[in-house]
Amino acid sequence: MSTKSSSTVSANIGSEQSVLFRRPLQLACGTVLEEHSLTFETYGQLNDAGTNAILICHALSGDHHAAGTNKDNVVGWWDSYIGPGKPIDTDVFFVVCPNNIGSCFGSTGPASPAPATGNVWGAEFPVLEVSDWVKSQTYLMEHLLIDCWAAIIGGSLGGMQAMYWAVNYPKKLKHAVVIASSLKLSAQNIAFNEVARRAIQSDPNFHQGNFIEHQTRPTQGLALARMIGHLTYLSDHALGRKFGRLVHSGDLDSAEKELVEFEVSSYLNYQGDKFARRFDANSYILITKMLDYFDLGANFENNIKDAFKQAACKFLVISFSSDWRFSPDCSKLIVDALIAADKDVSYLEIESDQGHDAFLLPNKRYEQGLQGYLKHIAKTLFKVAV
Amino acid sequence: MTDINSIIEAWVEKSSRVLDLGCGDGQVLESLIASHQVHGYGLEINSESINHCISRGLNVIEQDLNEGLGNFADNSFDSVLMTQTLQTLRFPHLALDEMLRIGRQCIVTFPNFGHWRTRGDLGFRGRMPVTKQLAYQWYDTPNIHFFTYKDFEVLCAERNINVVNRVFIGGITNDFGLDAIWPNLFAHTAVYNLSK
Repeated sequence: MSTKSSSTVSANIGSEQSVLFRRPLQLACGTVLEEHSLTFETYGQLNDAGTNAILICHALSGDHHAAGTNKDNVVGWWDSYIGPGKPIDTDVFFVVCPNNIGSCFGSTGPASPAPATGNVWGAEFPVLEVSDWVKSQTYLMEHLLIDCWAAIIGGSLGGMQAMYWAVNYPKKLKHAVVIASSLKLSAQNIAFNEVARRAIQSDPNFHQGNFIEHQTRPTQGLALARMIGHLTYLSDHALGRKFGRLVHSGDLDSAEKELVEFEVSSYLNYQGDKFARRFDANSYILITKMLDYFDLGANFENNIKDAFKQAACKFLVISFSSDWRFSPDCSKLIVDALIAADKDVSYLEIESDQGHDAFLLPNKRYEQGLQGYLKHIAKTLFKVAV
Repeated sequence: MTDINSIIEAWVEKSSRVLDLGCGDGQVLESLIASHQVHGYGLEINSESINHCISRGLNVIEQDLNEGLGNFADNSFDSVLMTQTLQTLRFPHLALDEMLRIGRQCIVTFPNFGHWRTRGDLGFRGRMPVTKQLAYQWYDTPNIHFFTYKDFEVLCAERNINVVNRVFIGGITNDFGLDAIWPNLFAHTAVYNLSK
C-alpha cells in the first residue's frame, strides 16, 4: 500500500476487501445475525503503534469506496477530502471505510441470502439502528488490530455514528468529527424520509420488498425517492445557479411547449435513474428508518449533556450555512451540549450555497479547518512533524 | 511593561472553566491553559483566526457575539473574558449583562479613548485617531464605539455591575507611574474584573 506525495493524486486504489465475521452480532431489535460480512477499503498504512487509524462512516447512500479511483473507474465519494496531501492525509493516516450492514455494496444486507432459508433476505432483513452499524464496525476494528481510532469522521448519518461511538465506546477513539449531522431528526426530516419510502412502496414492482424473488426491481419508485431526497440536499440558490430555467430539449417559443424539458428536470431524472440502478430499495427503506430512529439522548432521559459526559474524545463539529436538512442549528445543539458537558469541541459554520451536499464537495474553508484539525491530531498523537 | 495576559492570569483560578469572547488566534487562551490549566473555549467569527485556533488544538466555536449568547447557561463558566472586543459589538451593555449571567466573574479589556494620543489626534489635529490599539481608518474599522474608562464606569454603576478590580496599561508612561495617577489620560488600555 504505497502512496505518493502530492495533493493532486488520489489515494491508492484496488484495496477493496471483504471480511466475514462468524461471530454473532446482536442487533438492537433483538435479532441475532449469526454471521455477517463487511466490504471495506483502506488507504495509507497503519503505523507500528497502531495510533494513526481513522474510521470513515458513510451516510445513507454511501459505500466503502470513499477515495481514489476503483477498477470500474469510479472516483470515491469523498475523494476531495481523502488522499495523499488532502485534509484526511493518507500519507499520515491509515484510513478505513466500510460499507455498513443493511446497505448493498457487498456487506450483508437485504439482497444477501438469509442463512435460515438460503433465499435473499428481502423485506425480512432485520430493522437496524445506528448502534448496530457501530457494533459491526467494532468487529472490523478488531479484525484490523486497531485498539483506538485516532479519529472517527462522518457526515450526516456518518456523524451520528461518530457521536454514537464517542458516547458508547469512549475508550475506542481520540477524536470525533461530526459533519452536517444532528442529535436526532426533525419532524420535517422524518416526513421527507416517509415520502421517499412511500414512493418505493407504491411501485408495483416492489412486491412488499420481495422484488428479487419476483425477478424485478422497483426502479421507478426508487428513482422518485432519490429525486425527492436529492432535491432536499440542495439549496434553492445552488439549483438556480446551476440550472436556472435553462432548457434541455424542446423550444419554449414553439407551439409544442409540452415537449420542453428543463435542464433541472433532466438532471433530476438522470440522478434518480442512476441511483435506482445502483441502490437496493430495501436498503433505502432500512437506512432511512435508521436515520429516523436515531436519538442520541434516548438512553439518557433525553439529557444530551449526560450522554456526552460519557465521552472521552475531543470533537470537531462542522455545519453548512445553506443546509436545511441538517441545519447549522442542529449542529449548534451538539456543540452547546458538549460545552455544557465540559468536553473539548471546536465548531465551524461553513458558508456554502450547496445545501446538505456541501459536506461532500470541495470548499476551501472546510478543507482548511479539517486539515488543521487533523494535522494537530497527527502532531499530538504520534508526533508527525507537519 | 504590564501586559494584558499577566493581569488576566492573576485573576483567573487554576483549573477553572473559561469562556473567551472574541478569542482571536487564541493567544490568551493558550497562555491560560499553559499557566493555569484552565478548560477554555473561545468564540470567534474571523475564519483565519479560527483556523489558527484549530491548528493550535484550542477549542474554538464559530459564533457571532452580536447574535447573543443565549446558548450558554447561567453561571456555566468561572470566568468570561473579552479582550479588546467590547468596542466592536453592536450592544456592549447587553453583552456585559450576558457575560455576567454566564460567568461568576468577567474580565474585560478595552482601548481607553481618553488616552492623550487619541485626545491629541482629535483635539489638536482634528482627525480621528489611528493608534496601536485602534489601528483602523474611520471608514473601515471593526471599532464602532469609542469610550473612555470613565464612561465605562458610569455604565457599570448604572447597571449595578460590581467593579472588583481594575488595572490601567499605559505603554511608556507606565514607567513614570502616570497611568495610575491620571489613567484617563495616560492609560491606552483598561483591564476590568467585574462581578454581579
